[in-house]
Amino acid sequence: MGRIVINRDRCKACYLCVDACPNKVLEADETVNTLGYYPVKVNAEKNCVGCTVCARVCPDIAIEKVYR
Amino acid sequence: MKKQKELLKGNYAIAQASIEAGCKSYFGYPITPQSEIGEYLSTKMPELGRAYVAAESEVAAISMVLGAGATGEKVMTSSSSCAVALMQEGLSFIAGDEIPCVLVSVMRAGPGLGYIYPSQGDYYQATKGGGNGDYKLVTYAPASVQECIDLTYKSFYVSQKYRTPVCLLADGMLGQMMEPAVIGEYPYPEVDQSSWAITGAKEREVRHIASIERDQQTLKNRVEKIFEKYNHILENENIFEKYEIEGAKLVITAFGSIARIAKAAVKMARKNGLKVGLFRPILLNPFPEKIVAEIAQKVDGILDVELNCGQMLNDIKASIASAATIPVEFYGRPAGVMMTVEEIYKQIEAAYRKLVEKKYGTACI
Amino acid sequence: MEQLVYKKPDAIRDDFRITFCPGCDHGVAVKLVAEVIDELGVREDTIGIASVGCSVFSYDFFNVDIVEAAHGRSLAVATGVKRTKPDRVVFTYQGDGDLASIGLAETIHAMTRGEKVTAICINNTTYGMTGGQAGPTTLLGQVTTTTTKGRQAELSGYPLKICEILKEVDGTAFVARVTLDSPQAIMNAKKCIKKAFEAQLKGLGTGFVEILSTCPTNWKMTPQESHARVRGEMSEVFKPGIYKDKVSEVV
Repeated sequence: MGRIVINRDRCKACYLCVDACPNKVLEADETVNTLGYYPVKVNAEKNCVGCTVCARVCPDIAIEKVYR
Repeated sequence: MKKQKELLKGNYAIAQASIEAGCKSYFGYPITPQSEIGEYLSTKMPELGRAYVAAESEVAAISMVLGAGATGEKVMTSSSSCAVALMQEGLSFIAGDEIPCVLVSVMRAGPGLGYIYPSQGDYYQATKGGGNGDYKLVTYAPASVQECIDLTYKSFYVSQKYRTPVCLLADGMLGQMMEPAVIGEYPYPEVDQSSWAITGAKEREVRHIASIERDQQTLKNRVEKIFEKYNHILENENIFEKYEIEGAKLVITAFGSIARIAKAAVKMARKNGLKVGLFRPILLNPFPEKIVAEIAQKVDGILDVELNCGQMLNDIKASIASAATIPVEFYGRPAGVMMTVEEIYKQIEAAYRKLVEKKYGTACI
Repeated sequence: MEQLVYKKPDAIRDDFRITFCPGCDHGVAVKLVAEVIDELGVREDTIGIASVGCSVFSYDFFNVDIVEAAHGRSLAVATGVKRTKPDRVVFTYQGDGDLASIGLAETIHAMTRGEKVTAICINNTTYGMTGGQAGPTTLLGQVTTTTTKGRQAELSGYPLKICEILKEVDGTAFVARVTLDSPQAIMNAKKCIKKAFEAQLKGLGTGFVEILSTCPTNWKMTPQESHARVRGEMSEVFKPGIYKDKVSEVV
């Protein structure tokens, strides 16, 4: 089991993490953040294994923490 | 032990004075007539565990100075005319960054490559800021080898005290000539730079030095602060020479080595009964406008003498503009042929007759 | 019991501001440099040089002392810092226009002197900050705002191959070209950046890493399409790999 902490107001919606996540944990949110983007959100936390890939590919350090 | 007088060449004197002043790093590229400075330091600095780097260009040398100066240590480069031109990019950044450093500029003739003859053609380059933006170099101009030493010390001190680039403006004659001088101890107190220097964020918050500033108010305030410093420097660090100004009808204005020759011409004039004096600004920038204005109020005319086509002349005219309506004569020429005492004396005599006799008649003389 | 396995590096400010466009590889590169600084335990001894271009606001994110350089002069500024404070860790973070065009002389000569500094170069085949003009690394045929019909060799020459040049410079101790187009590539890039820092820490010479990076905004591509371009035509011309490694030779 894993868990990630997203700072939604740092996300610029490149979705590189959505593509990189091996377990399809992430997806775009339906509401905009303070920057005006539709940030990424956790869709299926139960599938997260805490592999850190999403955090490593994030260019905005919006995925602040990964727990396992 | 008291230091003895030695027969010293100007360039070597500057180089050794920079060592005495505690210069930690030197970066430079050869150009005549100042190459001896780099040659001398290339041996001495490593012996003392200090840095000498032969830069690939003056563009690089001044950026090395920027980096070294940002650590708060005393740093220096030296160059001449067309190569100082290449440094203007870095100098503008250094001024904007408020980084202390010393630039020794040993003028040669221009424009372009010109030649290695003594010249004063870079007065504008040194005092008006050749780089972009609102800034000027603080500039001191020596007239002897001894002053080369003393003003090297002063330049380091002022640069460190006010966090500003300082230019020591010499010329090919001073750089190359030999005369007796004493390299005494660095006479100024050390200035603590620890409150701002970039040294690595050990047990403190991180710092950055950058001329870029996105906030318009902050950018404006910073430039205002830089100009405020120039006022303090003029107030506290001004140096000049007044010679036979009391009772003079005509005052010669000149700087650097030309002022030295002009002084001999003034002595000759006094001997011949002409009431002539000399004012030599040593701090060229910020320019001592008030002092020139005060002098102008007491004399009938000024003769400005420079080895260029009239550069300091405009600062003289601007200084007296609202203070007096006396005529300002000019004697100068482009570099190539050095002036003699007799030549300047002739000009003094002619100007004196024109200005003074016209006003008072020959009886006054 | 849940364990923290990833967090923002300490060498990134707590109040950081990533100033790059969405999906730009710069952000990942910056993070890797910060992670390496953390792992080497040198944050408090490190002085970074910010160059002109997209990296100009380095002090917005790096949690180390930063000095700004004029355009292209980063390695000269780094030389000044390092020679004056030889026990500090000094790195530059530059774009390809800065390092390989306007600053090529400073780059080659700093490395010829074997300055014990680390240079990180972001190669995105364009001048990003000024709006996507052709630069020294623009590929033949690449459309930019100054090569509107595609870069033609007869008119504007060929793309400059930085690593191929710098590996021949005697003062370099580590030279590598990496990409950031996949999690594996990112891990590899980090290893190379670490070696480029070790090159100076071990006193071997200059460490250099060229990072093939994306510029989705000026390429007019999505971040995903941009990574495909890095893997494709960019990697064909600029071959990723380790070009020189004196660090591994030292035990």
